[in-house]
Formats: sequence, structure tokens, C-alpha cells
Amino acid sequence: MDTTNYQNFRIDAENICVDYNGKVALYDANLRLKPGQICGLVGMNGAGKTTFFNALTGFVNISKGKIRINGESVRSAQKDQTIAYVPQNEGIDSQFPVNVWDVVMMGRYGSMNIFRCPRESDIQAVKDAIERVDLTDHLSTPIGNLSGGQRKRTFLARAIAQRASILLLDEPFSGVDIRTEKLISELFIQFKNEGKTILLSTHDMIHVREFCDLVLLINKTVVAYGETSEVFTPENITTTFGGISPDFLFGPES
Amino acid sequence: MELCSFLTLDSFITDPLTHDFMRKALLMSSLVAAVCGFLSSYLTLKGWALMGDAVSHSVMPGVVVAYALGLPFSLGAFIFGVGSVALIGFIKQKSRVKEDTVIGLVFTGFFALGIVLVSKIKSNIDLHSILFGSPLGISLSDVKQTIFISLLVVILLSIFRKDLMLYCFDPRHAKTVGINVFFLHYLLLTCLSLAAVVGLQSVGIILVVAMLITPGATAYLLTDKFDNMTIISVLSAIISSLMGIYISFWFDLETGGSIVLAQTFIFLFAFLFAPRYGIFKLKKFFAGYK
Repeated sequence: MDTTNYQNFRIDAENICVDYNGKVALYDANLRLKPGQICGLVGMNGAGKTTFFNALTGFVNISKGKIRINGESVRSAQKDQTIAYVPQNEGIDSQFPVNVWDVVMMGRYGSMNIFRCPRESDIQAVKDAIERVDLTDHLSTPIGNLSGGQRKRTFLARAIAQRASILLLDEPFSGVDIRTEKLISELFIQFKNEGKTILLSTHDMIHVREFCDLVLLINKTVVAYGETSEVFTPENITTTFGGISPDFLFGPES
Repeated sequence: MELCSFLTLDSFITDPLTHDFMRKALLMSSLVAAVCGFLSSYLTLKGWALMGDAVSHSVMPGVVVAYALGLPFSLGAFIFGVGSVALIGFIKQKSRVKEDTVIGLVFTGFFALGIVLVSKIKSNIDLHSILFGSPLGISLSDVKQTIFISLLVVILLSIFRKDLMLYCFDPRHAKTVGINVFFLHYLLLTCLSLAAVVGLQSVGIILVVAMLITPGATAYLLTDKFDNMTIISVLSAIISSLMGIYISFWFDLETGGSIVLAQTFIFLFAFLFAPRYGIFKLKKFFAGYK
């Protein structure tokens, strides 16, 4: 298990720190994920979940530590389209004048030429991705006219079209309908079988138990990390959420 | 006396064309409008209206200094335009003052510096033409510069139009797939400074921000497709420039103000009657008839 061979890990973050103009957002955080693993990222608002994502995608620079993606730097992971980020619905401008097709095509931009002219293979990848999230009837629907669940599926399709091996999902289940939730959970199983690695942040404890092999509890730094069955205990959750009893979060224990 | 010519629409349009300065003004203003209109869709979607205002005002001292030193005024304007944005970023990062306050503070400071310089530097700068534009009195060297800058901006925007769209929509995704977001940020700023420089000849420094935001806002109300938005934005900018110049010719009004007023009226029209997003959703209205 404990090997220094980085190639074994899709994501290998070691003692990473991030600060914004001197304000520490995340410190001494570690994470190691292998192909086919699904990991839940759990913490309060402001605990550093988004910062963690930003560090992995290279959207913010880490001030200390080391991140290896498939054994290589974040920069080369960006070039290789290794990581796909699926934003929260609140994180995007839903009134932006683009339709489902346009958004999913954005997943192909990184591997196109400078003018971003879609090739036959790009068009096929976009078609396939849209089919997998069941939005073929909405190809030219502006994203402003989609429901929350459909919009979430659009961005999932973008990640699929990108053919990334690592998926980072920010609150994938928030504000979606039952149908979308079911479709996402089916996709998770497919992704797992395809050997993709998934890191998802969530507020919903039930989803962690249901989908995640591993769980990473953070509050500015790692509170606990490991197999969900071992680590996702009421004590650890209480610590993560700053002393709020898990009864309050889960409802009375049944 | 000239009102007699109103009898025919034909002469309303062709009479001004007999004047050399009018032909030049119509052509140059259309070009400038097209450039500003093109950029406008990006600025409105990125939420950079205030930034456009800041940059366009901040180029003032640059224009004055360049004139005094006999340099191309676009060079001075460009340096001060980009400089103001850098200063805004620096002050925001190093102090607790909120961003919109910093923007307002910096651009008014630059603008005031420009006005003071005009009064101090002995030259033949016409303050009025900088502040309010002078499309009718544009010189030959200005024409060359304007054409050069306009082509440059149009080429840059055309090459990177999809990347810039993605940058405005989802910079995080752009970064994740290896697109140089830093470069795109400064590309957009550069184009903004350059467009402000050519725009100020048409409508002047004070109103140039209208050229940079109104056409985009109008187009945003009329379509849900990005490419169409760009086309509508460019067209509405050109049409309002032509309208503004004609109206100012026949009614002897300030040209820059007329152009911007024409843009505002087109926006109001879209605001009221846009098929989907207008106040009186025309699409529904007509659908009811069928």
C-alpha cells in the first residue's frame, strides 16, 4: 500500500497549502487516489473544499507542498486534458448565450487547434457525451432554459466529452431532480468501471455512504481520511463541522 | 432652407455624401463602431462595463502626453489604459478598499491628470474634440492609425473569439484544459484599451464607454446564441453610428452625442420589444394571433 511509486496514483497531493494574500485557506492537506476510486470531500462552507479543487486544477497556486497528477505536474495534466471540473450550478452564469451543444463542445477545446474548429472526432465525442446524459432532445436549448438537473447533466457531458480520467465535481447532487440524481449515480458506476477517478464535494451525508469508497473530511486541513466505513464516524463528522452533533446533521440515528 | 431636402428620402441620404468630410466621417465611424461592437459582446458578458468606463477615461493623460511629444496618440492611450488596470489590480490587492471604489478612484484620478495636463502643456490639443469626439474633423494620419488599430483588434478578436467566449463563461474550465487564461485576460484588456482609443475619435472620451457596452447589451436582449450576439452587436453599432451622423448633419447637433443617443434608442427598442426578453414579449404576442 505505502509505495513511493507515483504512477500508481491518479491524484497525489502532499502537504499542500494555499493562501490568498496571506489568509490561509488550506494547509498540510494530503490526498492519494487510485484509478476507479470515488472519494467524497466533506466539510463546512469555507472549509477549503473549493480551494482544494482549485489547487488540483491549477486554478490557484499552492504555496507549499506537491501535487502529482498521474505522476506528473498539474501543468502537464492541464495540457493532457486529464482533469475535468464540473462546477456547481450557482458557479456559472446561466444567462450566458450558449446552448447545450456549445457547452459540451467546450470540453474539446483543449485538444483542438488555435481556432477551435471542431473535427469529425470532436463532433462525435460531443454527440456521444450528450447521449450518455440523455440530453439529445435538447442539443440547441440555451442553458438558461434548462432545469437545474439538465444543466448539471450538460456540464457532466462536457467532462465526458473531454475524456478526462479524473473528475472533480462540486456539489453534484445539489438542486437536481430525482431523474438526474439516478442518472448521475448510474454514470458514477460506469466511470468507476472505466477506471476514472472521482472526487466530489457534497453536503449530503447519505450520498457519501452510498457512492464514496473513500472520504476526506476537511476543515482547513485534513480532519480524517480513509475508507468511508472506517472514517465516516459521528465523532469525525462532529470534529469536521466544528462541534455540531451528527444527530443534527443526519436527523436522529435510526 | 435645408429642410426642403427632407421632401425626398433619397436626398436625405445622398446629400451629405457629396461632402468629402461626411463620407470620411461615415466610413470611419462605421469602422470604429464595428470594432467597439465586436468587443462589446465580450465586455457585457464578462461584466466589465465599469472596467470599460475606467479604461476609456484613463487614456486621457496618455493622449495628451503623446500629442505633446509628437508620438502616435494611440501609443500613449494604450500605455495609460493598461497602466490604469494594473494600478487598480495593485491597489485592490494591497488594501481593504472594495473593487468598485478602487476603479472609480483610479480612473477619475487619471482623467483629472489629463485635464490638468491639457491646461498646462502648450500645444494645439483641442480639449473639446478629445472629450466629445470629432468624427467630422478627423485628420489623415488619424485615419491611418484608426484603420491600423481597428484591423489589429478585429484580427485578434477573430482568432481568439472562442477562447475569449470560454474565458468569459467559465475561466476555471479554460484553465483546467490548459488554455492560457492569463494571456486571455490581458488580451481582452489590450483590445479594450485599443478600442477605447479609436472610439474616442467618434464620440469622445466621456461617451466612448457607451460604444463599448450598449451594442452588446442590446444584442444580449435579442439572442441566445453567442455568434448571433456578436453579429447583432456589430450591426446595431454601425447602424447607430450612421444614424447619429446623419441626424447630427441635418439638425446641426453634436455628432458624438447623436451617435450614442441613437444607440440608446436602439437599446430601448430592444428592451421594450425583444421577442423573448423584451417587456412586451412580441413573440408571445404574435403566437397568440396564430
